[in-house]
Amino acid sequence: MMVVIRSGLERIGRGFFNILITLGFATRLLGAILKESGMCWRRFSMIRRELYFSGVLSLVLIAVSGLFVGMVLALQGYDVLKRYGSEAALGVLVSLSLVRELGPVVGGLLFASRAGSAITAEIGLMKATDQLAAMDMMAVSPIARIVAPRFWGGVLSMPLLTALFSMMGIIGGYLVGVKMIGIDEGAFWGQMQATIRFQADILNGLIKGFVFGIAIALTAVFEGYDAKATPEGVSAATTRTVVFSALAVLMLDFILTVFMFRGV
Amino acid sequence: MQFDDAIIDINRLSFSYDDRIILSDINLVIPRRKLVAIMGGSGCGKTTLLKLIGRQLQPSSGAVKVNGVDISTLDHEGLYALRRKMGMLYQFGALFGDLTVYENVAFPLREHFQLPETIVRNLVLMKLQAVGLRGAAALYPSELSGGMARRVALARAIAMDPMLVMYDEPFAGLDPISLSTVGLLIRELNDALNLTSILVTHDVVESLAIVDYIYFVSNGRIVAQGTPEDIRHTEDPLVQQFVRGERDGPLPFHYPAASYQESILGGNKISKISENA
Repeated sequence: MMVVIRSGLERIGRGFFNILITLGFATRLLGAILKESGMCWRRFSMIRRELYFSGVLSLVLIAVSGLFVGMVLALQGYDVLKRYGSEAALGVLVSLSLVRELGPVVGGLLFASRAGSAITAEIGLMKATDQLAAMDMMAVSPIARIVAPRFWGGVLSMPLLTALFSMMGIIGGYLVGVKMIGIDEGAFWGQMQATIRFQADILNGLIKGFVFGIAIALTAVFEGYDAKATPEGVSAATTRTVVFSALAVLMLDFILTVFMFRGV
Repeated sequence: MQFDDAIIDINRLSFSYDDRIILSDINLVIPRRKLVAIMGGSGCGKTTLLKLIGRQLQPSSGAVKVNGVDISTLDHEGLYALRRKMGMLYQFGALFGDLTVYENVAFPLREHFQLPETIVRNLVLMKLQAVGLRGAAALYPSELSGGMARRVALARAIAMDPMLVMYDEPFAGLDPISLSTVGLLIRELNDALNLTSILVTHDVVESLAIVDYIYFVSNGRIVAQGTPEDIRHTEDPLVQQFVRGERDGPLPFHYPAASYQESILGGNKISKISENA
């Protein structure tokens, strides 16, 4: 019995230790990225390319998802608000939910699945096919040339996609609330305008998107760069990116919400 | 063997990974402007040796001197300055998949020099002409055969006019025509460009036909060395087995295991290898 408990504790300890080691390596990679980012900011076309692959190619997914989330939110919200005779506040409910929470969080989860996994797979495959090693042997830093542009592409894309998600969600809420259910259009937009504050709601939502962007982009480039150079290794790294990014987004969301909206 | 003008001098080099000894007490000299092969079976540590010469790995002990400089003493800038004078051709080319053949060869030139595009173009076309693939400049790596990809990688490796080119298994997976084409190119480029070349390979026939000197590596040690003529006539049983391609010899066919009878009659005892198979 004691042996079982001890081996269990050992396993937990080893797992915890491995997590610390991984976090340490990820932090070192972040340091290296920040140190070697000069090249990609000077040659902005490198970041622009990643903005296209991470951001532009995620537009359809984010826009369609945002629209449907907003429509469902309006249907569910109307059902509850109707019981209290507050249907006119539907616009506020939809927009606050989206701008504060669903935009950054669902947008982040979708971004991790669409762009994060692609970044990991691309860097991991470059590693598995010796492209990163070849670049390093040509005296070109793979961190500066490959990792940093993808990191910044992800970081810059996320807040923009967050804003798009929220905007499309509000349009979805409008279509269902005003056009389908028949809530007064003036009340829908008027209450929204009167209630939503730029700094406390919109800006904080975008800050969340930016922070999630850092977490997702760092996870994606780290997992790709750290992937075992085999097909199985790249596959496992891609899975880890989606899982760890999702967990990071949800945990960071709680922490940020505590600081941003407690007592508001 | 002593050489007057050595570009690489490896002294008592050892390398271990996870307590596993990969290379042990290697002494090796690569003379300038020669084509030297490092031969040996799969997994004997040949590629590791190349990575140690390029300092992609750090030795556990011993020193690698390139042009008389111990490369372990170089800082990041010093190492990159040295690597600009080195070219490396990887087993399957390691071409950048999102760039065309032209852009792949132009890559190191564009990264390191602010050259006008006309000069880059001329340099790239000259390198591609040297490997016979000027006509393939607009193709992507996915459109190339294995042999063509290897030749493009060769053009990229010599794009910066290096003093040293390292080839990691350049013949792996090539058809006979591509194999002999790549082999001849390696020899011709070495002589025409006054390069020093290190060829890591287990292709005996092709290597003996083109190289100046051979080091044989087995179990992480250099077990034989000499000119192709020396190697052909050596009495060393390991080298003989390798040159003749014999199945059994100093390198046994069977992986170390308990006796066959014991394994068959041993009930449920199954080795770890067969469990994973």
